Amino acid sequence: MLKVLKSGFYTTIQDIGRFGLRDKGVPISGIMDIETVFKLNTLLENQEDAAVLEITMTGPTLEFEEDTFITLGGAEFSMTLNNEPVENFTVLKINSGDILSYGRLKKGFRGYLAVKGGFTSKKVLQSRSYYPSINPKGLIKDRAVIPYEKTTVFQPKLSEMKVDDHLDEKLLLVGKGPEFTMLSDKQLEHLFFKEFSIANENNRMAYQLNESISGHKVSMLTSATLPGTVQFTPNGKLIILMKDGQTTGGYPRILQLTDKAISVLAQKKAGDLVLFKLI
Amino acid sequence: MKKHPISIRPFGVHAVLIEWPEKVEEAILNDILSFIAHLRQNCLKEGNWELVPAYNSLTLILRYDTINFDTFKVQLEVWYAEKKDVRALQNYLWRFPVCYDDSFGIDLEEVAQKLNLSVASLIEKHTENVYTVYGIGFLPGFMYLGGLPKDLEIPRRAAPRAKVLKGAVGLAGKQTGIYPQESPGGWNILGNSTVPIFDPKKDTPCLVKVGDKVQFYSISRAEYDLHKIEAEVGIYQMEKIKIDA
Repeated sequence: MLKVLKSGFYTTIQDIGRFGLRDKGVPISGIMDIETVFKLNTLLENQEDAAVLEITMTGPTLEFEEDTFITLGGAEFSMTLNNEPVENFTVLKINSGDILSYGRLKKGFRGYLAVKGGFTSKKVLQSRSYYPSINPKGLIKDRAVIPYEKTTVFQPKLSEMKVDDHLDEKLLLVGKGPEFTMLSDKQLEHLFFKEFSIANENNRMAYQLNESISGHKVSMLTSATLPGTVQFTPNGKLIILMKDGQTTGGYPRILQLTDKAISVLAQKKAGDLVLFKLI
Repeated sequence: MKKHPISIRPFGVHAVLIEWPEKVEEAILNDILSFIAHLRQNCLKEGNWELVPAYNSLTLILRYDTINFDTFKVQLEVWYAEKKDVRALQNYLWRFPVCYDDSFGIDLEEVAQKLNLSVASLIEKHTENVYTVYGIGFLPGFMYLGGLPKDLEIPRRAAPRAKVLKGAVGLAGKQTGIYPQESPGGWNILGNSTVPIFDPKKDTPCLVKVGDKVQFYSISRAEYDLHKIEAEVGIYQMEKIKIDA
C-alpha cells in the first residue's frame, strides 16, 4: 500500500481511461499528459494501461509500505526521497518505509508517479481513472491508502531516459475541426497569428483561453466532441475540451488538437501562452 | 427505409464525422440507428470503435490507430449505400415518475405564468407528450429529448443556478430533460424523478439508449419517497414498454 500522508492540491489515479461508453455520455477520462506517462511506464516495463498518480500544482507526501520501483515525470517539482533529492525520468528503488515528498513546482503543471506493475485500485467501468460521478475514490485524500503489488527484484533495461520534454513548448499543433470552414479570413488571422493565454478556468474538463476572436451567429445541433476539440462560442471565446470533457456539445468545433498537443496543453497553467499551428 | 444524402468529414486523426441533413426528425434518427446496427454487425469487425449518435450526426472514434480518411470515406459510402433495412436494437418507451411537488418544482409557478398556463395544465401537457431520445451526452446519462410541444418552449433562466439537484426535471428552449447528477444548470425546474438513469456499479450503467422514447407521469410526494427508498435498496422496477420496429 501507498500511504498518503498529505494529498497535495489535486491528486488523482489515472490510467488510459474508459472506452466504449461515450454514447452514454461518459467521457474517456484518463491521463492528461499521456506522452510523459508512456515514457514512465516504459522505463518500468509496465503494461500501457498501468495506473499512475496524476499530481496537480502542489504535490503530496507519500509513504511506501512495500518494496517497489517507481518513476517520476511531467512537471518539475523539487522532490525528495527520505530527504535526498530525486530526479524525473529515473528508475528509483523504493524500500518499505521510504517517504517521498513533493516540494515547490518549478515548471509545468502536472506531475506523474508511476509504480512497478501500476496501482491496483478497483476498476469502475473498466478503468481506474477518477471521474466524479463514476469513480469518486480516484480523488486522493489525506490518509488514503492506494494498493500496489510488492516488487523486490527488477533490473530495468533502461534506468533513466533523456527526454525531449514539452514543458517549454508553446506551439499547439492542430488539425481542422468539422466546422473549420465557417471561419472568415479575419478570424483565421486572429486564430493563427496571435498568442493566447490560458484562463483561470482550466481543469481536466476544459481549458478556456483569455483572448477572444470576433464572434459568430452559427447555430448547430448538438454533436459529438473529443478531447482536444476547440469549441468556438458565439461571443468569440475558445474552449479546448480535455480528457474529462463533455462528450457532446452545441458549439462549432473549429480545431482539433493532435494527441501530442493535448499532452503539451496538459502542462499549462493560468497565464501561460500558447500558439495554434495548423498541421 | 429512406436513404439520405450524407456528408463525411475528418474529425482529428482518430475520428470521422458523418452528417445527415440538419433536421430533428425521426426518419433521420432511425436511418442513423440502422446504419450503426449495420456497421456493428457487418462492417467494423476490426479495431476498437466507439459510435456516438446525436440528432443528425454519427461520430466514429477509433481508440488507438490513425484513420486513413480518404480510403475510409469511400468505404463508409459503400457501406451506407449497401445498407438494407438492418434492424436497430430493440427500443423501449420508458415511463419516468416525476414528483411535481412545490418542494421540487421550484420554477413551476413562474414557468406556468410565462407560458400563460395554469400549473395543472402545464403538468398535463408535460406528461401527455412522448419524447424521443436523440442523443445522450453532456454528462453520463443526460438525454437530449426531442418532441417538446411548441407551447412549452421557454428560454433558459437568465442566470444559471450553481446547484441543480440530481433527478431534476426541467425545460429549456426546445428541450426537456432530467439531470442525471447534481450539477450547475440553467434549466427551468418543474419537478424531480428518483429513477437512477445512470448507475456506474451496473454492467449496463445507463438505462436508456438513443432511439428510446420517454414519457413522464405525475406522482405524489409520498409515492416519490417510496420510490426513492426502493431505488436506494435496488428493488425499484422502472416501467418500460417495447416499441415495435
